[in-house]
Amino acid sequence: MKFEGKAFKFGDDVNTDEIIPARYLNSSNPAELAEHCMEDADANFVKKIKKGDMIIGGDNFGCGSSREHAPIAIKASGLSCVIAKSFARIFYRNAINIGLPIFTCPEAAKVIKDGDTVVVDVDKGVISISGHKETYQSEIFPGFIREIMKKGGLIEYSAKGKK
Amino acid sequence: MGHTITEKIFIDHAVGTKNIVPGDFVMAKIDFCLGNDITAPIAIQEFKRLGVKKVFNQKRIALIPDHFLPAKDMRSANQAMELKKFAQEYGIVNYFELGRMGVEHALLPERGLIIPGDLVVGADSHTCTHGALGAFTTGVGSTDLAYAMAFGECWFKVPETIKVIFTGKPRKWVSGKDLVLHLIGDLGVSGAMYKALEFHGDTLDNLSMDDRFTICNMAIEAGAKNGIIPADKITESYVKQAFKKYKSPRKNYKIYKADKDAKYCDVREYNVSKLEPVVSAPHLPSNAKPVSEFKDVRVNQVVIGSCTNGRISDLKQAAAILKNKKVHANTRLVVIPATQAIYKECVKEGYAETFVKAGAVFCTPSCGPCLGGHMGILHEGEVAVATTNRNFVGRMGHPKSFIYLANPAVAAASAVKGKISHPSDL
Ligand code: SF4
Repeated sequence: MKFEGKAFKFGDDVNTDEIIPARYLNSSNPAELAEHCMEDADANFVKKIKKGDMIIGGDNFGCGSSREHAPIAIKASGLSCVIAKSFARIFYRNAINIGLPIFTCPEAAKVIKDGDTVVVDVDKGVISISGHKETYQSEIFPGFIREIMKKGGLIEYSAKGKK
Repeated sequence: MGHTITEKIFIDHAVGTKNIVPGDFVMAKIDFCLGNDITAPIAIQEFKRLGVKKVFNQKRIALIPDHFLPAKDMRSANQAMELKKFAQEYGIVNYFELGRMGVEHALLPERGLIIPGDLVVGADSHTCTHGALGAFTTGVGSTDLAYAMAFGECWFKVPETIKVIFTGKPRKWVSGKDLVLHLIGDLGVSGAMYKALEFHGDTLDNLSMDDRFTICNMAIEAGAKNGIIPADKITESYVKQAFKKYKSPRKNYKIYKADKDAKYCDVREYNVSKLEPVVSAPHLPSNAKPVSEFKDVRVNQVVIGSCTNGRISDLKQAAAILKNKKVHANTRLVVIPATQAIYKECVKEGYAETFVKAGAVFCTPSCGPCLGGHMGILHEGEVAVATTNRNFVGRMGHPKSFIYLANPAVAAASAVKGKISHPSDL
């Protein structure tokens, strides 16, 4: 499987209050959360993105609160994935648990510019930028996590794994 | 090879293995799990998708509607109702109704529901607070909570541990909050990412549980997975009192000590005897500086409360400063005890009267403005001093408002002076 989309680049330490501000947390409806995706980092973000586009983060992407609403908002807004130098740990596990593809790749996150067209080979974790020769290998997930991701999330994994 | 406290707790809780090294992925048994009115509704949806008929243990789950309660709007009321319905349907004992409620990370230890040696997950990032009891406690997401409620298990990556040693006797007005802000200032907001922070040193010997909770509460603000303080006499007397008062069904706690040859990925030592109260400037908790460096920062609102600093010793300290004083004419002061028991004690001890006489509002327990929910949202350009734990962009309201984090004494003094102030300036 391949993702192809436009890169929207953010800095280090993007926190979940920016991804989905608490004022919208009186709902857990994905479509509604998606309308406010990244609102406090970029008020016009949802107007700019198209299906398949990607967020490029710096270090510690998704730090702060444990709200699963953050990866849900990103997934429901039609974005294909998040590539970052590193992820904050609760965001990391939430993304895996709900089936939002994430890629840890410091080199790619550094080189990719806002507006670049980026292609990700999902299975291999290889990232390329259109117009560039170089490709970038993202971190390989441990087997256990790959299993969860393959099934599409923790609930799907356990429904099959536990019974 | 020796083990850290966190590793030992994992060794005793891991499913199907006794061989634990940092970096391992394990399934582990949990002793307790919790969620709130924001995170639990999603957990309940996901729980229902699992198709199980029962929760793993009706007494080891807590559902706490603390964030948007008293309901700030109809949808928040509905979220709290979802928790209550789920609790009733599945026989979950620990649902806390308004008026008996409190901010989760103050409420559960107060009730003796989380104990030393536990492995706890909570769908709230500040679940790390409970590590002050000598337990491994960490924040997870809603789907994790769903899984935990169903199976009593959760997946983990066993963290490496950073040893933090605090030495020396803190000066007057220097509290657990200042120690942890100072630490975060040094480590940075991602300095302890994925790691455990294990606290040691003679400073802890004289720190109350309230101060210890404050320290572990903010472990996540350095990116840590958990903060942990070895249980000692102070811990034991705290939990025993809680057991007695609330007849907690949980009495078999276990005290873990780190091995002498435990392996730490880093050791940080801080002599805190010369430390001044610390203030963290917008928009990161790591922007920590001595309070004296903040000259003429005018303050529109002061918030004293939250799971960081809404406990009785925090409010006692604030009341001592506000006694026979008035809140500055250009400043609002919002005081929010973290739990109903703390609220009652404030009434009994006269702190409530002190606050109200000083011109503050004294609110019912809630997260309130801490996460920009209600009871004191900031407008564009406004400046707040808060005893909370996050000063992120927009955390307390408008994306162009500004939050300074401080201890309760600095917050109270700043409310009186109308600008960021050292308590001894009064
Ligand atoms: S008081 Fe603030 S930090 Fe603590 S649980 Fe509530 S919202 Fe979270």
